[in-house]
Amino acid sequence: MERFNICIIGGGPAGLRAAIAAGSAGAGVLLIDENDRLGGQLIKQTHMFFGSEKQDAGTRGIDIAEQLVNKVQGMTNVKVYLRCAALGLYDDKVLTVLHETKYRKIRAEKFIVATGASERMLAFPGNDLPGVYGAGAVQTLMNVYGIVPGQRVLMIGAGNIGLIVSYQLLQAGVEVVAILEGSPYIGGYLVHASKVRRAGVPILTSHTIMQAIGTNAVQAAEICALDSHWARLPGSEKTLEVDTICLAVGLSPLSDLLWQAQCRLTYIAELGGHVAWRDANLCTSEPHIYIAGDVAGVEEASSAMVEGELAGLAAAKSLGLARVDVDTAMSQAREQLIALRAGPVGEKIRTGLALAQMREDEQHA
Amino acid sequence: MLKQTGVPSADDLKRVSPSEERLALGPVAIIECFQKIPCNPCATSCPQGAIKPFVDINDLPDFDPALCNGCAICVANCPGLAIFVVDERYSEDTALIKLPYEFAPLPEVGAMVGVLNRGGQQIALGKIVRVQNPPRFDRTAVVHVEVPKCWAREVRFLALGANKR
Amino acid sequence: MRIKEHPILKFERGKTIRFSYNGQELVGYEGETIAAALHAAGIKELSKSAVLHRPRGFFCAIGTCSSCLMVVDGVPNVRVCVERLVEGMVVETQQGRGELGGAV
Repeated sequence: MERFNICIIGGGPAGLRAAIAAGSAGAGVLLIDENDRLGGQLIKQTHMFFGSEKQDAGTRGIDIAEQLVNKVQGMTNVKVYLRCAALGLYDDKVLTVLHETKYRKIRAEKFIVATGASERMLAFPGNDLPGVYGAGAVQTLMNVYGIVPGQRVLMIGAGNIGLIVSYQLLQAGVEVVAILEGSPYIGGYLVHASKVRRAGVPILTSHTIMQAIGTNAVQAAEICALDSHWARLPGSEKTLEVDTICLAVGLSPLSDLLWQAQCRLTYIAELGGHVAWRDANLCTSEPHIYIAGDVAGVEEASSAMVEGELAGLAAAKSLGLARVDVDTAMSQAREQLIALRAGPVGEKIRTGLALAQMREDEQHA
Repeated sequence: MLKQTGVPSADDLKRVSPSEERLALGPVAIIECFQKIPCNPCATSCPQGAIKPFVDINDLPDFDPALCNGCAICVANCPGLAIFVVDERYSEDTALIKLPYEFAPLPEVGAMVGVLNRGGQQIALGKIVRVQNPPRFDRTAVVHVEVPKCWAREVRFLALGANKR
Repeated sequence: MRIKEHPILKFERGKTIRFSYNGQELVGYEGETIAAALHAAGIKELSKSAVLHRPRGFFCAIGTCSSCLMVVDGVPNVRVCVERLVEGMVVETQQGRGELGGAV
């Protein structure tokens, strides 16, 4: 059985930054990812990131991914297993994995779970027809493989993902017929909304999809307006000719492994679903398991990266491995998180985190 | 209303518009950023110091039009593509708009293209005067388009497809 | 349909790979998933659901949702949204649940 100081599960923005932080602190690190390349969702983010220069603001997600991956690959004390899916995490600090075609056991003193989130589905007749995709799937198809999902797209959801993917569809030469949003207001950043609007894409708030129409694939979508109680406005039904329906209706933390490892989980709507209870250093109720990124609460990639750094540093420190000035680095990471979440758009996250945080007397020694 | 349509209202725009006097003096940035989000590359990229350093990363830009020379570096650096430069002194009856553009192919200098307002409606034709796409702009090109002066405060985008060769 | 021109990305496609889909010969590129290559060829329907035999395509493209299961080289329940294309692969529409041991 292979042994490591710290094993990180998930090579997206949080996992990569956790690996770099833990590795720089001198830990022997294993980073695993079920895909055949590192980067997670960053590899499809063609837009410039927000935040400050500390979180690479103004740099495109794809380029941040490349920088982080290069850094990880240059660290001799960080080992990477790709095509390696975590199966079970046990209290004797053993992780079982399926690595390519082999089952293996990996022992580590600390684990950082950075498994991200999965896309939510929306219930409507015809939602299983080919041509109905999650927004992440559309991004993968377009921005990783260079293939368009269709010619005329209906986007469901005007959060950041719905708005950004709509813009990316336009960049790929695809027509976006409309963006529907059930709530009366646009949920994503208004600058994203304005840039798809001026390109001619209507954003219909208080609107939803009633059904997808088609025999072997999507041929049309029936939509309607909603009143202030989210009930269908009679007479507002309309049929749009589209060949693709893209769902951007939110993400849920991928917390399966944390459930199985018996971490204490709690449902917090503001964080996207069930998340692990954690202390100020992102350590869960199981002292050998840390969390970072969307699995800790669905949020922006910039905060996921800072959380990864904090968890990586904290895990290394708990092993007495801190070669760098770990306390300063940890408090800087915490300050960055506070700053990123300080504004009005961070209110939901702040509310959610307050519910997920252990009290001081509940924290590990 | 901006939060319902994605199109800023006249009141929203009034709050970010440089004064008539400043607009009359020539090229100046108009920062159409109305929501506090954690983001500051406009301030860190401005070589003139016209956009003040942020105290809180969630602040709205604190912009001094008197210090702005309309260089458009912020236009390429704003992650929200929310900054435009308007030169109302460009000629007697035309104005020059510098806008961020991330579509392929880029328009050709000299081409006449449809120009769109904030709602995506074509309101006039404009002439492409210059296309800036240096490596430091990192694939956010800044397109200079000459438009009838009466539309200087409306034109914010180019018709996609109008630029097809 | 493949994207030919993009303002931000350059698509460097690897060497071409031939594979068969329900007996029809198709071409994709090295590094692509089976689902991506099928999609580029205009094929969205990947399987029929187990009970109602409704057409299914891919949904998540990250190997999580099980909407894209196909029979590949005789093996059922292959998640074609994450499985890479290999020269000479035989890809078939899956009808309902696949059986372990290779029988469909």
